[in-house]
Amino acid sequence: MQKICIVFDRLRTEEKLLQESAEELGYETSMIDAKITSFDTDSKSTNFEFGDVVLERCVSYYRGLHFTACLEFMDIPVINKFDVANTCGNKMITSMLLKKNNIPTPKTYFSFSAETALENFENVGYPLVIKPIIGSWGRNVMPIKDKDTAEAVIENRQVTDGPQDRIYYLQEMIDRPPRDIRVITVGDEAISAMYRKSSGGFKTNIALGAEPELCEITKEIEDLCEKTSKAVGGGILGIDLMEDKKRGLVVHEVNNTVEFKGLVKVSKKNIPKEMIDYAIRNIK
Amino acid sequence: MNCPECDANMNIPEDASVGEIVSCGDCGADYEISKKEGSNIELKEAETVGEDWGE
Repeated sequence: MQKICIVFDRLRTEEKLLQESAEELGYETSMIDAKITSFDTDSKSTNFEFGDVVLERCVSYYRGLHFTACLEFMDIPVINKFDVANTCGNKMITSMLLKKNNIPTPKTYFSFSAETALENFENVGYPLVIKPIIGSWGRNVMPIKDKDTAEAVIENRQVTDGPQDRIYYLQEMIDRPPRDIRVITVGDEAISAMYRKSSGGFKTNIALGAEPELCEITKEIEDLCEKTSKAVGGGILGIDLMEDKKRGLVVHEVNNTVEFKGLVKVSKKNIPKEMIDYAIRNIK
Repeated sequence: MNCPECDANMNIPEDASVGEIVSCGDCGADYEISKKEGSNIELKEAETVGEDWGE
């Protein structure tokens, strides 16, 4: 019997749904907490209970990324692959990869010091959106509408001075309805989508209270998401789209460990089952 | 079992699993279930939200 493993660091609804689905489908299933697992340079897959394929579901990006590296070191198939996680976890790398693959994406400016970031603001003009290159749930994503705010935000970055704070990611503000579209792709196929409506502010993250509403997967969404998934290396993804009033759909983010507890309630497709089926298809 | 922080009674669902987060209804402290064998449950302080947490 094929065995599937779900690696987690915080057991959320999603991981329990995946476990239930795998068991219902008749697969032997193990749940492994990344926080209490250790490896060394002699580690072999036979020393652990990872089975035939692993779904990496850590809520901590760096923990999940490095855990994935360890699994791949032992030749254990992991979803998503290290390269996919590395790309999708970093907004700057994702933006460049999208552009390079001719996928419509907001114009984004990169600079590597406070001085050049301020120059970018002044040269491009306001408003611009500043985002941390690594992070999720809309944390520290801010629309910057004037020079005073830009200077305050940059000064704050200089005070905290973490490694990511020295990399400035500024993005054009897209003229769009107060919502975006989250599409879940499994193996390059869009399986379910929802509108995430802003609850009054600029952000549309469900984690911040945005209202989910089922979105029909049009041919345009299907094609764009297939192209996007292929560009970042495939796997199981959460692709975020905005409806630019001038250009149509643009891709602004690709998520590596997609959350789906809201969408699962209204989705026509069985999301966890699709993910488990895909994982099983990826067994070597 | 009682909250390690404020000693209030915590209602932990029977189907809760190891790794799940439970919160104290009185003081709001979050705990991770670190061990569960029948009705014997052990809790540890839950990790706080990190800068790299998310999707």
